[in-house]
Amino acid sequence: MPDSGVSRVLRKEDQRFLTGRGHYTDDLNRPGQLHAVFVRSEMAHATVKSVSTDAAKQAPGVVAVFTGQDMADDGVGSLPCGWVVTDKHGEAHKAPPHFPLVRDKVRYVGDHVAVVIAETRAQAADAAELVEVDYEGLDANADPAKALEGAPQIHDEAPGNLCFDWELGDKAAVDEAFSKAHHVSRLELRNNRLIPNALEPRAAIGEYDPGTDEYTLYSTSQNPHLLRLILCAFVLNLPEHKVRIVAPDVGGGFGSKIYCYAEETVCTWASKKLNGKPVKWTAERSESFSSDAHGRDHVTHAELALDENGKFLALKVDTIANLGAYLSSFATAVPTYLYGTLLAGQYKTPAVHCNVRAVFTNTAPVDAYRGAGRPEATYVVERMVERAARDMNMDPAEIRRRNFVQPDEFPYQTPVALTYDSGQYEKALDEALAMIDYKNFGQRRQESERNGKLRGIGLSAYIEACGIAPSQVVGALGAGVGLWESAQVRFNATGSISVFTGSHSHGQGHETTFAQLVADRFGVPVENVDVVHGDTGRIPMGMGTYGSRSLAVGGSAIVRACDKVIEKGKKIAAHLLEASVDDIEFDSGNFRVAGTDKQKSIGEIAFTAYVPHNYPEGVEPGLDETAFYDPANFTYPAGVHIAEVEIDPETGTTRIADWVAVDDFGKVINPMIVEGQVHGGIAQGIGQALLEEGVYDEAGQLVTGSYQDYCMPRADDLPSYRVGMIETPCPHNPVGAKGCGEAGAIAAPPALMNAITDALGTEEISMPATREKVWRIARGRLAQAAE
Amino acid sequence: MPTVTMTVNGQQVSRDVEPRTLLVQFLREELGLTGTHVGCDTSQCGACVVHVDGTSVKACTALAMQADGSEVTTIEGLANNGELHPMQAAFKEHHGLQCGFCTPGMVMSAVDLLKRNPDPDEDTIRHWLEGNICRCTGYHNIVKAIQHAAKEMRG
Ligand code: FES
Ligand code: FES
Repeated sequence: MPDSGVSRVLRKEDQRFLTGRGHYTDDLNRPGQLHAVFVRSEMAHATVKSVSTDAAKQAPGVVAVFTGQDMADDGVGSLPCGWVVTDKHGEAHKAPPHFPLVRDKVRYVGDHVAVVIAETRAQAADAAELVEVDYEGLDANADPAKALEGAPQIHDEAPGNLCFDWELGDKAAVDEAFSKAHHVSRLELRNNRLIPNALEPRAAIGEYDPGTDEYTLYSTSQNPHLLRLILCAFVLNLPEHKVRIVAPDVGGGFGSKIYCYAEETVCTWASKKLNGKPVKWTAERSESFSSDAHGRDHVTHAELALDENGKFLALKVDTIANLGAYLSSFATAVPTYLYGTLLAGQYKTPAVHCNVRAVFTNTAPVDAYRGAGRPEATYVVERMVERAARDMNMDPAEIRRRNFVQPDEFPYQTPVALTYDSGQYEKALDEALAMIDYKNFGQRRQESERNGKLRGIGLSAYIEACGIAPSQVVGALGAGVGLWESAQVRFNATGSISVFTGSHSHGQGHETTFAQLVADRFGVPVENVDVVHGDTGRIPMGMGTYGSRSLAVGGSAIVRACDKVIEKGKKIAAHLLEASVDDIEFDSGNFRVAGTDKQKSIGEIAFTAYVPHNYPEGVEPGLDETAFYDPANFTYPAGVHIAEVEIDPETGTTRIADWVAVDDFGKVINPMIVEGQVHGGIAQGIGQALLEEGVYDEAGQLVTGSYQDYCMPRADDLPSYRVGMIETPCPHNPVGAKGCGEAGAIAAPPALMNAITDALGTEEISMPATREKVWRIARGRLAQAAE
Repeated sequence: MPTVTMTVNGQQVSRDVEPRTLLVQFLREELGLTGTHVGCDTSQCGACVVHVDGTSVKACTALAMQADGSEVTTIEGLANNGELHPMQAAFKEHHGLQCGFCTPGMVMSAVDLLKRNPDPDEDTIRHWLEGNICRCTGYHNIVKAIQHAAKEMRG
């Protein structure tokens, strides 16, 4: 396990970003490029009777206008959902077609009706106004809770708007436990719809080369190979070796840039139609709001059964999950295998049952957003646990302590399919309690009360399943792909190292962390290592970055490739040192004959590998190894976050007085980067709990379609965070890492809502706990107190 | 088409532009200075902040013609002969950036803050950054970086 590599190395990528020399997709311009602007539906639900493009085609600078019919005529397929969920009756989920440009109906505001391609973006935008669409309006529904109750039928293929009705866990055991329970706590929860808002809007340039019949797509993707696979195999029917996808610098993803979207599909296809003219599209922010895949949007009823000592006996969860108008690439996995499987939390609840009905509505498609299913699960479990503690008059820390899986109980088989590998849940709790001075909270509360303020404290002990994922396991559960990762580690002849990874960095700092990993393995300076990612023309096929998988899976592939390099190096060294391979040891950059001072540096070995004048027989020249790593299990990052808030009942303002986090990510390579990931995750979690909500009105219009209406967390909305860490290495991957990217977004919402409900003395407040909602309740409480 | 002339990062430039050309389009598309980013269409994210005559301006809200005759500094012009400006250096040192998309605007905005107030406290910094959205960092390290840059620059 690399130990010496752990350090706060400053990021290699920062130089270009700080000096304005990054290359994001919209910064790229191809010779002769044209610009695409999409004609989007302004109706939430309507039959498209006709699309008239004549006037637009005549407009200045316009080169082409395409509709769904043009794509249909060309045999373009539907954007697929890559995970088939089998429902509780053994039936596959309903997968209605999702064409890049609509063919019969529009189903949400922002749906793609036509594309106008012109010499300039302004010309394309002007001409898009001239496309006339004749709609026959239909009733719309945006509310998941109403989708199953006689709401308008959105797809013929999905009667009653039901995509699937799925369950997990032993219902009979749960019912039995409930019948014997000393106490049952109940909660109705709404997990609010979020709009991801990576700061870089999505963008694409499609470019076809008629000379070679090759396509290049520059795209804001978190996973260029996965995108290529979907585009080639399902949508455009192209041979993969003729398609190169470049995802250059990408300005944040948070899940929203995993998917195969209509826009990049259209740009790629249209470039061929236009004889190789590159076609560029960059989203306006309003398009990001209406057509990036959204996150969350669950309605849940949960019940927890307890015995008289506060031990959890069983948990029962019933959820309606909104999938939006169409299935996005991995939409179905999120409210099922990334959600129901996490409902045991950090606890030994012996029986858990979860039922999920996933529904179609007239809203933007919903898919993975930072955490993806796990924040929804953690929100249910941690709100429920806090509620139970309150119901039973127990200390919320104590009730958790009584139910934690203990360090000597791993591997721990949960009742919802997962096998937890390692953890120290109580240790994280104790450290977090100490950091926030939990035992003196009462004094602080009194102090606040003296100042006319309401103070509350809230805990969240989260767990997530990361390191996605063992291919056989996910295959058995319906995934259409394997979820391994690849790496190629190439020594250059003069000793520098190029690392090619299938992981993709869009803010995570892989160019630094992965370089540290390799530098440490080889005992060379980190400056000698460069990391290449994001270009299918340069890297081995890889599965990309999401689900906090990059270090645990991608890093493991890198370590495996390094080990192959060392194995080969030993053969070369043995030859040069006239020793047996078995006697060669590698340490701190040198191959040494065990027990002697005879040695060769890895640089000398690399040079010899490329200039093999004196070389072992039967060994190939070169020092360049590739490894594919398929994880043995998920990884299980876990930890405790505690929020302390002070509410001003006069204004409804929730001030976050303190925030502590103690996370266990297993092995950490660069603590500075990991802390940054935690900060960012917490900020998004606080955003969900306090500020953010994607709102559609009754007619299916997106009410929060800009930064004026969708409340993004700003610097003055947020506190500083105090981040601590404990380390229980992952026992089954060679890095020992568990993953850190999503933790904050998973842990934060229940911590904050537990604190707010503690301060307000009621559970009856939903996310986001806006100033107005808080003010109404706090005012009521003051009035009560005055009586 | 009218001609605009301005000094950008110390160099005089003149171009004929359509009157509706925004300053940010002028910088990105005419001059190829793509360090200035566009993150929104409602003047709220701050990814596009540059300095016009020494003051931070959202380049998506100004027309190129409004900057006629001005001195414009973009993120590309902030470092001095390859040496990072103390604000850039502090962002690096304190991990004030992740994906880097908000970073040029953040840095330009923060430089202007310190011009006005060389010793801002945390609240002042957070308040000043109200017009700059970062989705990645949670602002914690950005605030820290600005505090350190302020200290550094006060000497
Ligand atoms: S681009 Fe968002 S404020 Fe200028
Ligand atoms: S670093 Fe990504 S938006 Fe700020």
